Amino acid sequence: MASNAAAPFWRSAGMTYITYSNICANLVRNCLKEPYKTEALTREKVHFSVSKWTEGKPEKPTIRSDTPED
Amino acid sequence: MFRQASGLLARSFLSSSRSWVRPFSTDLPAAPTADSSFAEAWKKVVPNIEPPKTPIAFVNPRPPTPSSIPSKLTVNFVLPYASELSTKEVDMVIIPATTGQMGVLPGHVATIAELKPGVLSVHEGNEVTKYFISSGFAFIHANSYADVVAIEAVPIDQIDPSLVQKGLAEFTQKLSSASTDLEKAEAQIGVYVHSALNSALTG
Repeated sequence: MASNAAAPFWRSAGMTYITYSNICANLVRNCLKEPYKTEALTREKVHFSVSKWTEGKPEKPTIRSDTPED
Repeated sequence: MFRQASGLLARSFLSSSRSWVRPFSTDLPAAPTADSSFAEAWKKVVPNIEPPKTPIAFVNPRPPTPSSIPSKLTVNFVLPYASELSTKEVDMVIIPATTGQMGVLPGHVATIAELKPGVLSVHEGNEVTKYFISSGFAFIHANSYADVVAIEAVPIDQIDPSLVQKGLAEFTQKLSSASTDLEKAEAQIGVYVHSALNSALTG
């Protein structure tokens, strides 16, 4: 096995495989015909909250959500 | 004891489509089911009690390479939200690997291939089913099982050609105006995916 085979262009630009793969999937989803497109866009929705912990206590969480806040 | 039984049942589902990745898997026959070195060491220390089962005893052994090439390839094609094909027996699949379109026939050597955005075609008798895959991996095992995993896979007729052309133009323009490495990479990905979609529609 070649040690460090030539990295793909996205890797050398600092992107991880998951980011690359998700971008590809989003682009494909945006090119679909209706009604498949609306179904597919629901799959893209992400909802999570991240909070860093310092000294045993969580700091203010950052919430990333595509669902509208009611 | 019943907990172990349900564990065994769950594992048999998993292991039929996913086997352990070991080095030189073409050299090894079926994987071992008992941990012999552990059992021997245990018996030296505690000769009166049966050695406990180690995780390897619960894992289904990797199916051995059959001596004669099977006539059909069994394909599992899964997406994160659905299982497109589940242990479907086909004659051949052509996968869009990063190294080019790869045809997989029964008896193919065990391979792991990274997939690029492209067309996956499943050939069964006279019918061919084509899917456009966004990206993913294909695992081909020595016993003529193939697992293809992708994030998005759509039948070609669900792709809208006008949106593809629009996207291609947009990303070609972004590529020329991109400044940072990351923007350039994103624009390149855009151009690449859209041109693959284009050739899938025309090809």
